[in-house]
Amino acid sequence: MTSVDFDEVSVEDVSRHFGRRRAVSRMTFRATRGMILGLLGPNGAGKSTLLAMLATVLRPSSGTIRYGTFNPSAGPGLRSRIGVLGHDLFLYPELTARENLAFFAGLYGIANSDARARAALERAGLDTRRDDSVASFSRGMRQRVALERALIHDPRLALLDEPFTGLDDASTGALLGRLKALRESGAIVILATHDLDLAEGLLDQALFLRDGRIVETMSAPGALRTTYRSIIGR
Amino acid sequence: MPKWFSPAVLVCGAMFALSPLVIANAPYESTMGLVQKVFYYHMPSAWVFLTASVVCGIASARFLATGNARHDRTALAAAEMAVLFGLLTLVTGPLWARKAWGQWWIWDARITSSLVGWMIAWAYLILRQYGGPGSEKLAAGLALFGMANVPFIYVSVNYWRTIHPATTVVPKLPFSMGFPLMFCLASFYLLMFLLMKLRVRVAEQQARLDAIYLSLDEEA
Amino acid sequence: MLRAVWLIVRKDLTVEVRSRELAYTTLFFALSCVLVFAFSLVQEGRAAEGVGAGVLWMTIMFAGNLALGRTFERERQSETLRALMLVPAPRPAVYLGKLAGIVLLLALTEAILVPLVALLFQAELLAHPFWLVGIVVTGTLGFAAVGTLFAAMLVRARSRDVLLPVLLYPITVPVIIAGVRGTMAIAQPDFEVEVVRFWFLLLVAFDVVFITLALWTFEPVMTD
Repeated sequence: MTSVDFDEVSVEDVSRHFGRRRAVSRMTFRATRGMILGLLGPNGAGKSTLLAMLATVLRPSSGTIRYGTFNPSAGPGLRSRIGVLGHDLFLYPELTARENLAFFAGLYGIANSDARARAALERAGLDTRRDDSVASFSRGMRQRVALERALIHDPRLALLDEPFTGLDDASTGALLGRLKALRESGAIVILATHDLDLAEGLLDQALFLRDGRIVETMSAPGALRTTYRSIIGR
Repeated sequence: MPKWFSPAVLVCGAMFALSPLVIANAPYESTMGLVQKVFYYHMPSAWVFLTASVVCGIASARFLATGNARHDRTALAAAEMAVLFGLLTLVTGPLWARKAWGQWWIWDARITSSLVGWMIAWAYLILRQYGGPGSEKLAAGLALFGMANVPFIYVSVNYWRTIHPATTVVPKLPFSMGFPLMFCLASFYLLMFLLMKLRVRVAEQQARLDAIYLSLDEEA
Repeated sequence: MLRAVWLIVRKDLTVEVRSRELAYTTLFFALSCVLVFAFSLVQEGRAAEGVGAGVLWMTIMFAGNLALGRTFERERQSETLRALMLVPAPRPAVYLGKLAGIVLLLALTEAILVPLVALLFQAELLAHPFWLVGIVVTGTLGFAAVGTLFAAMLVRARSRDVLLPVLLYPITVPVIIAGVRGTMAIAQPDFEVEVVRFWFLLLVAFDVVFITLALWTFEPVMTD
């Protein structure tokens, strides 16, 4: 597997349509190392579609996405540098938390998958529940395991779809800390969220999306809620 | 539509109108008599069915390899032709068999293989119709599998009936039957070609309409 | 690649051992099929000549269809199939992993099914055990190879439950023909080895061609 790494992700004039419905329309932006980029917008704005394209799961109908010098068809090497937290959590309910993490760790080529799984669960504060099946977890706990699954292989690019859903205050604080640590370590974090208050202290850049288009870009955004209302309207 | 289309339609129509005359003038086949004349429609249908299936398979392979929607439209049109002419084959076959051998269906290797092939073509259309968005690629996969399956279907059906298959039931054609057969073959192939052209055009217009919708949406 | 396949098979086995849902339901369904066929085909306490082979393969196909649908329905929950497509392993590894799981499940079912059918339909299926294993394994592999690809393909499609058999059965016609005729030839009193060998080789050829084709088309068909 060729070693792949990149300093930035660039999206140029990317569109994606499903039949006659335009989900993403001519988006252009760039995200670099050590940056947390937020995708903000109402439902149907195209956030999930954009994340799917960035994850190489979906191909753009037009435009290009580049990861440094690599394009999305760069294969397994590229995929090993991308971590995804999806809307549906990508966890097997019948398996325990540890088994889920060890399984994916193994698939991501991590040698000591079991040890890595344990460490990840400790970080999430779920070490005591590691041998319980995920089906018995609350939504918030599942979200935490899913996040660990997304990050278990230290990806360069972390794509998170609504990571704060279902988290209580303590977990939210932990997640914020985690994301900031990711930023320090030089990862590129792109997250889609509804939670404007949380996003406020966190984002280095915010993209406001509506109807598949980027309607506004803000660097070092503050007062997100008022800005959101004025831009998105309604 | 290109300029030659309408004249071609007229030619095709004329050929079909003429075909009963041409067939009537062909010599009587010794053992089966009048009913054998169905063969002049049955065999060309079968050939067109087979050709359409192969076209669908090749177009599907190209679509999977390149992602170019043009191949997908060709594959769809070809599949529709396969179902249409396959149905014709499967109806004219038993008509002939009934009169010639006393039974509607005789599980002959060729017609049974055609039945299976026809069902695959029909399954292709069902998948495209009911599979929801993204079913074009899935159907292309099916078509590819169907095409790869042709030798297997034929061999297994052939040896299914008896491990020692009899020689073909279709008798050799005397030379004087050649012209009517060629004439009908030509008519059928022309018909297939024209229908496919029409169908692909309809699909192209649909794609263009979708593209217009999308670009309008952009300007908004 | 092989490591990924192994991890996926092991994961499926773990899930299955926990719930045992697939094994029990597939087995029970297979038994129900056999019962239905028995009521339809056994007359005055005796089955018609050669019917056992047919019943065996029809049951394998029906039970297999159900098992395939169920296996991929599991991957649809929480979209884990998408997660598997995201990992750095070559994508055909996902196909092979799921294929191995299905074949194991069907093999388990057949281990019980074959003696049962032989008993209930008075068919001498176990007369030549090596050939029987050969025919059953290659036939099951052929059916599962096509079925795994189609079931994976249909995971995100509408009407996927009914579309799987619609697509699968016409394509696996050679498998059922070869399976039934091969099995019948084994059960026959005057056993002709060339006949069994012919059907066996046909199944082997089918398996080789279609597994190869599935490996080639898995990635293009599964990615949007």
